[in-house]
Amino acid sequence: MLKEAIDNVLGTAAAYSERQFPGSVTSCTVPRGRFADAAKVMKKAYALLAAEWAADETPFGGGFAVYACFRFANEYMIIRTEVPVDDPTFPSLTKKFVPAYRFERQIHSLMGLIPEGHPDLRPWIKFEDWPEDAWPLRKSFNSPKPLPYVNGKYQWIKAEGEGVYEIPVGPVHAGIIEPGHFRFQAVGEMIVNLEERLGYVHKGIEKRFESLSWQEGAKLAGRVSGDTTVAHGIAYSMAVEAMTQNRVSDRAHWLRALFLERERIANHLGDIGAICNDVAFAFMLYQTARLKEMLLRTNLDLFGHRFIMDRALPGGVTVDISETGKEAIKEELDKLSDDFERLVTVYDESASLEDRVRETGVLTPEKARSLCTVGIVARASGLNLDCRIQNPFPPYDRFEIKVPVLISGDAHARAWVRVEEVRESIRIIRFILENMPEGPIKVNLARPAPDTAGFAAVEGWRGEIIYWVQAGTRGEINRCMVRDPSSVNWLGLEQAIPGNIVPDFPLCNKSFNQSYSGHDL
Amino acid sequence: MAGFIIEILQIALVIGLAPIFAGWVKMLKCWSQGRSSPSILQPYRNLLKLFSKDIILAENASWIFRFTPYLVFGTGVLVSAIIPLLSTDLPLALTADVIVLVSLFAIARFFTALAGMDIGTAFGGMGSSREMMIASISEPAMLMAIFTVSLSCGSTSLSRIVEVIYSPASVIKPSLAFAFIAFVLITLAETGRVPVDNPATHLELTMVHEAMILEYSGRHLALIEWAGMMKLFLFISLGVALFAPVGIAVSTNPAGIPLAFVYLSLKLGFSGIVIVLIETGLAKMRLFRLTEFLGAAFLMATLGMLSFFMLE
Repeated sequence: MLKEAIDNVLGTAAAYSERQFPGSVTSCTVPRGRFADAAKVMKKAYALLAAEWAADETPFGGGFAVYACFRFANEYMIIRTEVPVDDPTFPSLTKKFVPAYRFERQIHSLMGLIPEGHPDLRPWIKFEDWPEDAWPLRKSFNSPKPLPYVNGKYQWIKAEGEGVYEIPVGPVHAGIIEPGHFRFQAVGEMIVNLEERLGYVHKGIEKRFESLSWQEGAKLAGRVSGDTTVAHGIAYSMAVEAMTQNRVSDRAHWLRALFLERERIANHLGDIGAICNDVAFAFMLYQTARLKEMLLRTNLDLFGHRFIMDRALPGGVTVDISETGKEAIKEELDKLSDDFERLVTVYDESASLEDRVRETGVLTPEKARSLCTVGIVARASGLNLDCRIQNPFPPYDRFEIKVPVLISGDAHARAWVRVEEVRESIRIIRFILENMPEGPIKVNLARPAPDTAGFAAVEGWRGEIIYWVQAGTRGEINRCMVRDPSSVNWLGLEQAIPGNIVPDFPLCNKSFNQSYSGHDL
Repeated sequence: MAGFIIEILQIALVIGLAPIFAGWVKMLKCWSQGRSSPSILQPYRNLLKLFSKDIILAENASWIFRFTPYLVFGTGVLVSAIIPLLSTDLPLALTADVIVLVSLFAIARFFTALAGMDIGTAFGGMGSSREMMIASISEPAMLMAIFTVSLSCGSTSLSRIVEVIYSPASVIKPSLAFAFIAFVLITLAETGRVPVDNPATHLELTMVHEAMILEYSGRHLALIEWAGMMKLFLFISLGVALFAPVGIAVSTNPAGIPLAFVYLSLKLGFSGIVIVLIETGLAKMRLFRLTEFLGAAFLMATLGMLSFFMLE
C-alpha cells in the first residue's frame, strides 16, 4: 500500500533498491528535492515515522544518505535520499512527523547534515563542549584523537511570567537509575513545561559497530540497553540473517521467543512494583521484586545468565533447553501466575493506589499518534501496535496474541498494559514449551554481500526495536542504526507532563520507564 | 524533688528510646512487606555513623542553617519535659501548657522551613512551601482537637488533663472520641508518615520533610533525624497519655514509675503496629488531597467541640 502511494505521486522518481533485505521491506531512493514530498505521501497514507537516520556512504564513492523508515500496519517502507558532501543539507520532515524533531537534531549533531526548515538545531546527544564540527559518525572522524574542549552553553527553553520558577533535576538522581536531566518550569506545584536533556550516557555505540565483525556486533547489540539485552540481540541477529539470506532453524526462533517473553515478564514485574513504590505502596515493590528474582534465578540455572545476555547470536542461539528445563519453567510459571494474580488483586482493590495512578500523566491518543510512540506507551494510549503481530517471526505466526490496548493513556493504563502482557506472556511461554519443534539451534551464516542492507523489527518489552545494518564495500559493517523504543517514547513523556503537579512526575516517569542508554547510544 | 528526678528521667527516656521506637516501626514495616528487617538498634547505628561524619555546608548557608538542627533537637527535649509519659508529677508542666506544646513544634517547623530555603536549592524551597501548606491546616486542627480535650477536662495543663481523664470518675465522652480521631489523622501528617509524606523515599520531587533537610549532613543531619524520631515518639506518647492514660503514675509515689514504664512500652509497641497497618495499606495521597485529609481532621475536632457543648 505504501509502495502504491509512492508510485502514484512520485512515479519514476522513486528508484527501488534490490539490495535491501528482507524483501518484505521496500526501500526506494528519491531525489533530495522530493524527500519531503515522499514523507507527505506517507503522512496521507496514515503511516507513522519509525526512524530517521543518516549514513556516510563515501566508501561507496557517493556522499551521505538520509533514510526515513515508515510503518503502516505490517508494512515497512524505507525512503532514502542522497546528500552530496559539498552541500550537506536535506529537507526536514519535522513539520510532517514530530519525532523527526529529535532524529534530525541527532543527525545534525553526529553526522553534520543540516535539516533545512528544522525549527531547533541545538545539539542533541552530542554536548556543547564538543567542537561544533566534530561529527563522530562520519568516516573521516578520527576517534582516537582527543578533541579540544569548547566552552559552549546549552540554551534552555524559558517560561516567563509571575510566579514561574525552574526546578532542575539531575542528571545524577537519588536512586540507582541512569543519568538524564529534566528541567521543569512550574507555577506553584503545576508544571507548565518539561524539557528533557539526554545524552549523558552516549557511548558511541553506533560508531563502535563499524569497527566490529558481524559476530562481535551481536555482543555489542546485547549491551545497548542492559534490561533489553535479549530483544536487542535478536533484532541485530535477524537484521544480519536477513542480509545473508540463510534460514535460521525453527527451534532457534522458538527459543528466542522464549527468551524474549521471559525478559518481558521480568521487566514488567519490576516496573509494576516500581510504579506502586513511587506512590509509597512499597508492599508491591518487594513482592514483584521477589517474583522477578525467581525468574532471573531460573534463567541463570537454565541458560547460564540472569538476563540471558549473549544467548541469541546471528545464526541462532547458543543454549538449548532440555526436558527437565521445560519442567522447571512450567513449575515456576504455575507459582508465578498464582502469586501474580494475588498481587494484581491487591493493586486492583487498593483505592488509595488507584486514586494516584488514574488520570496521572495522560498521553492522549492523538498525541501518542502524532509522536509515533511505540510499545507499552502506544498501547496504553489507544495505538494497536505490536511487532509480534504485525511483523511476526516464528512462533508468533502460530497463535493468536491478545494485545491489550487501553485508551486512557494515564499511568494506570501503562501499568495495566504491563499486567495484561505478563498474563499473555505466561500463556505464550506455556505454548512454546508444549510445541517447540526439534532441530539444530544454530546454523552457519554466509558473509553478507557488499553493499547490502538488512532490517529487523522486534517487539522488546518496551516496544518495537529496529536495527538497520549496512554492509560496506568489503562486506564489513558500514553502518548499524539502532532505534530503541526510547528514542521516540521519551518525547511522549515530555508531552504527558504539562498540567500535572511536580510530585506526580516520578510516578509518570516510572510508568513510561524509558531507557537512557538505549536512547543515548 | 522527686518531680525533678522524674522530669530528668523522662527526658532521658525520650532521647534514649526514640530510636528504638523508630527501629520497631521500621521492623514491623519490613515484616508487613514480607522481607527480613534490620535490627531494632539500626537507628542508633545510623546516628552514630552520621555523628562521625564531616559536615558539608553549602557556600551560602547562613547561621539559620547551622542553628536549626540544635533548635529542632532542643524543642524535642523541651516537649519531652512537659508531656506526662510516666508521671503527672512534672514541675515543668506547670509552666508550659498544651498551647505551648503546639507552639514549640511550630517553632521547630518554622526554622526547618527557613533552613530549607536558606541554601537556595529548588528542592529545599519546594519542601518548605509544602510543609507550610500542610502546617497551615494541620496546626489549627491540632489546636482544635486539643481545645476540645481541654474543655472537656477543664484545664490546658497536660498533667491536669491526664489526671482528670484517668480519674475513676471519668466516663467515655463523645467529645473525646471525636478529638481522638482528629488526633490520629494529625499525628500522621505531623510526623510525616504515609499517606501524607513518605519517610523512606529517595524521590526528591515528591518529598515534603525530607526535601527541606536534603542539604544537611554529618552531625546536623544526625540531630535532625534524631529529633524526627523524638517527634514521632512524643506524638504517639502524647496520644496515649491523653486518650489511654492507663498506668501513668498520678501520685508522687516513685513506686508507680516502673509500672508506668511497662505500660508505656506496651502502648507504644501497639501504636507502632497501628501505624504500620495504616502505612502498608495505603498509598501516599496526591499532594492536593491533603487538604481534604486534614480538613477531615479539623472537622472531627470541631464536631468534638460541638458535642462537648451540646452533650456534656
